[in-house]
Amino acid sequence: MQTPRTTRRQLLTAIGMVGGTAALYQAMTTMGHAAETQYKGPPDLSGARAGASVLVLGAGLAGMLAAYELSKAGYKVRILEYQNRAGGRNWSLYGGDTYTELGGATQKVQFASGHYLNPGPWRIPYHHRTLLHYCKAFGVQLEPFIQFNHNCFVHSADAFGGRPVRYREAAADFEGNVAELLAKAVNQKALDSELSQEDREKLMEALRGWGMLDKDMRYTTNLLSSEHRGYERPPGGGVNGAPIPSQVFGFHDVLNSQVWKNMAFFMNHEMQTTMFQPVGGMGMIGKAFARQVQQMITFNAKVTRINQDKAGVTVTYADTGTGAVSEAKADFCVCAIPLGVLNQIPNNMAPQKRAAIAAVPYSNSVKIGLQMARRFWETDEYIYGGHSFTSQDIALISYPNYHLFEDGPGVLLGAFATGIGAYRLAGMTPEQRIEAALAQGSVFHPDSYRKEFQTGASVAWNRVPWTLGCCARWNEETRKEHYQTLVAVDDRIVLAGEHASYVGCWMEGALLSSLDAITRLHKRALEA
Amino acid sequence: MARMGVMIAILLALGAVPSLAQGGDTPGSASNRTPPPVTGEEVYTQVCQACHMADAKGGSGAATIPALAKNPKLAEPGYPIGMILQGRGAMPALSDLLKPAQIAAVVTYVRTHFGNNYKKPVSEADVKLMMGP
Repeated sequence: MQTPRTTRRQLLTAIGMVGGTAALYQAMTTMGHAAETQYKGPPDLSGARAGASVLVLGAGLAGMLAAYELSKAGYKVRILEYQNRAGGRNWSLYGGDTYTELGGATQKVQFASGHYLNPGPWRIPYHHRTLLHYCKAFGVQLEPFIQFNHNCFVHSADAFGGRPVRYREAAADFEGNVAELLAKAVNQKALDSELSQEDREKLMEALRGWGMLDKDMRYTTNLLSSEHRGYERPPGGGVNGAPIPSQVFGFHDVLNSQVWKNMAFFMNHEMQTTMFQPVGGMGMIGKAFARQVQQMITFNAKVTRINQDKAGVTVTYADTGTGAVSEAKADFCVCAIPLGVLNQIPNNMAPQKRAAIAAVPYSNSVKIGLQMARRFWETDEYIYGGHSFTSQDIALISYPNYHLFEDGPGVLLGAFATGIGAYRLAGMTPEQRIEAALAQGSVFHPDSYRKEFQTGASVAWNRVPWTLGCCARWNEETRKEHYQTLVAVDDRIVLAGEHASYVGCWMEGALLSSLDAITRLHKRALEA
Repeated sequence: MARMGVMIAILLALGAVPSLAQGGDTPGSASNRTPPPVTGEEVYTQVCQACHMADAKGGSGAATIPALAKNPKLAEPGYPIGMILQGRGAMPALSDLLKPAQIAAVVTYVRTHFGNNYKKPVSEADVKLMMGP
């Protein structure tokens, strides 16, 4: 005989009735529902031994957070950084900056004051609680990042004769047609075995309301569909106040546009609103972290060897300016160097660890910033932030979320390329990239794009001298074979960074990895 | 005919199974529709050059992207083919991006340019042989 058991749902209902929604939420979170993050607050590193020391390699977010928390816990911390700048991939390019990529091409950035390009991270999901926690703690001012804009464009070479259409129109037509087809299936009794009569009726009501179907369950040109896709003549006042509906697209073109990819993209947990960005550029986060650990950082230090033995860790590094070689010693090491670079640094970590480091390739990505003299997307097209998607190499253009409504210039993101598109753009000279971005982006704004262009800058992550790529690219096989080995403490060394997380390629992943790494390293240090 | 709408609805509902995201920020755009590179030179320019540079001399910063120019390792065609198929370190495997014919074309191209002079062309069959079953 089984004893009757309370189901989880019954239990939650009871908790909600007794304790209100706060208690319910707490219970749900505890039970594994509704959890948005693995962040549990700053780490507990109490009891550090006096004089114990840690060497941190890399002054990106992972390295700097490790340094900050370990130093706060009482460890003696030093950071070695290859660049002359802290922040790593958290980075903004401003007017006056100079950037030299691998191969030697140098760009002098000439954006107007207050404008910038974020070559790496550029948007923060609301549930990246670790990052948001430290932004608040370190005084980084955040503002909304306009992620979802129905009025942006969708462009595909295969649809609508190559003409861009508004996201709003294509998405409404996709949903409307799907609703109509599903309603037909119900009416043709194709779903009778799947759904009860009651549920079929509820579904039909949902399809009508969601898909803007008429009384005959058709999605067609009328004021209903226009309520979602927009009007030929919008509602107004007075004599001509009555709206005129817009013409729906043929479903064939809607399918060819692959607008469903854009729609599905916005459904991704990490792409859901609300999103944020720092006021003044993403690089403000790296700068804020750096203020906390500034005195610990040795810049221009190229690590050339990492050795550990019974006595501690010895890291050999060369000054990138003078070439002078030095050694740094500590009891322990947090290595936050990207794997593609670390793979080339001689070290005596365990063979399995070295195999794991070598097993993870890096993604490519190209970002291009284009400064326009006039914010024509706002004044002429009523686009305020958001992304226009294209099947071309640039993949999208994204409109700035700051200085809205100003008369002056604006810096567009003129490309966020990945895959073959990013390889093609990365292989070009910076001048060729700008030309390609202008040619492709003109599809959205043919009258203004070239005319208003003033200056641009690009970053091809394959050619970034200190990463040789954008982010670690795991797959199911490499995760299974190497992930646990990669994150495990190897005697005195632990790796940290987005590559040592399941939140890959996000700043949150770098921070969560760092907190977990130092917590385990601290435990190891106490056992020593 | 009656089943037609149902078929479409089901196909729409299922669609292609979305691959589990490898993680990270993505543009969220439709598939790239630019015609793919065909000749060895086109493949080199549109893919390899991103890292190995237009002059195939690679580059060096915190770490090094190796030169393909005057590279004696190219004497053995299996070396560059394997590198493209499997990747190494930061370099990803390109077997999803490039078809065997494209790989054969670019390996032949690199082995006969940039100061390399290994005249025997690499065939699509050579590449397929290394890809295994």
